Amino acid sequence: MFAYEFMRNAFWAATFIAITCGVVGVYVVARNFSFLAHTLSEIGFAGAAFAVLMGLKPLTGMLIFALLGSIGVGELSMRTEQKESSISAISALFVGLGILFLSLSSSASSYATNILFGSIIGVSRSSVYQLVGLSIIVLILILAIQRPINYDSFDHIGAVAHHLNTGLVGVLFLVALAMAVSIGSQVVGSMLVFVLLTMPPSTAKYLGKSIPSMIAWSVGLALAGVWIGLCLGYITNWPVTFFISIIEVGAYLSVYFTHSRRKRV
Amino acid sequence: MSKALQVVDLSMKFGDQEIFNKLNFSLEQGSMTALLGPNGAGKTTLVRILMGMLTPTKGYYDLADDVKVGYVPQFRNIDPDYPLSIRSFIELNTPFFKSQKVKDQVNHILQETYLKGLADIRMGEASGGQKQRAYLAQALLDQPNFIILDEATASLDPKAKEELMNLIAHLNEEHKMTVLFVTHDLALAKRYMKDYLYLSGGTVQQGKMADFKERFN
Repeated sequence: MFAYEFMRNAFWAATFIAITCGVVGVYVVARNFSFLAHTLSEIGFAGAAFAVLMGLKPLTGMLIFALLGSIGVGELSMRTEQKESSISAISALFVGLGILFLSLSSSASSYATNILFGSIIGVSRSSVYQLVGLSIIVLILILAIQRPINYDSFDHIGAVAHHLNTGLVGVLFLVALAMAVSIGSQVVGSMLVFVLLTMPPSTAKYLGKSIPSMIAWSVGLALAGVWIGLCLGYITNWPVTFFISIIEVGAYLSVYFTHSRRKRV
Repeated sequence: MSKALQVVDLSMKFGDQEIFNKLNFSLEQGSMTALLGPNGAGKTTLVRILMGMLTPTKGYYDLADDVKVGYVPQFRNIDPDYPLSIRSFIELNTPFFKSQKVKDQVNHILQETYLKGLADIRMGEASGGQKQRAYLAQALLDQPNFIILDEATASLDPKAKEELMNLIAHLNEEHKMTVLFVTHDLALAKRYMKDYLYLSGGTVQQGKMADFKERFN
């Protein structure tokens, strides 16, 4: 399997993306941002489609749209009372725009499939470098703000009482999230990037009792999902995204039910 | 005794609604004061001003130079699925890589708040009393010498209330910590607090807890 360069590239890219999504996801779940992450991936989809129309790389368009969208949607989700409805409206608008951009460009169907459902097997060496570089930037950003982001994400009221600049922390986290969504979409596609961003950390919530242990579980589960998914995809020729989804959802459900049963006893 | 806090002509309005007008009072260092008053009298607003989270419309307050304030807010978002252990919750405002000094400090505070043997329990699964002690422990990690607690006993059963109040009394007596305790529970205040501040109708009265005669909801 590793004799093929495309498989080696896929493993490298998937490894870094899993680490990034595993780390960022712990904060997505702690801040109840799962829905926001999903919306950002849809905004990213429109960005990627726009880039295709303009003859740019889909990742570039996705990054620009997701970064701009993260600030707008983040502001909205923090200030508006109709939080869910307004985010839904933005989601709908950007999915609509994405479809329009794709239909206006000539290579609609293959690009649409790649953007929506992932195309990890087709990742080139230069894309791998790009994804690894972006992953490292996200991880450095999270590490740089780890103390305030830990406090704000896991005890917002305590953080405010401690005069922490929670607004700034929130914006920096949205930037990290937008980047994680954009790079995560390269593996599982924008439709399912929230699988990597929410499932491993949601499972980790039941397995770890401290932030480092939750991050370790979340990254471990994300890595297991993408590695096993890639192997199974290679063997069966079925979509890698399908395997990643069922592995992550399966892990979540089994841990959730074990935890519920233990709580009842 | 020197003053820990001096409040001068402090007024607060939200739009046209006056919360209080020209409050004047001071708290001695090492004092133990209940902040009493009916619902909506502005107790939490006053505390939030003292914590620098709100700006008063007029007037000012002065904290002594050597005073370091710790604050335990009224509400926290800890649902039953909240994952962090009591220890991890208390450590939230510490660096990711903790020095031995920080670890020792956390252990000492866990001991002092009777949480040592419970440190690995998840906050979501802890009892109301354990949670309140953890909130207090988190505030104590900053090593304050003045602690403000907002309705800390409101949702606790009688035994947990007593445990928390004994802990607060211990902090006041052993560590000479100034305490400002916002509460509705008059019986509890009479039992544990020495002084009172009574906020009602936009004004404040101050005196010894034993002399408090007002009634309120």
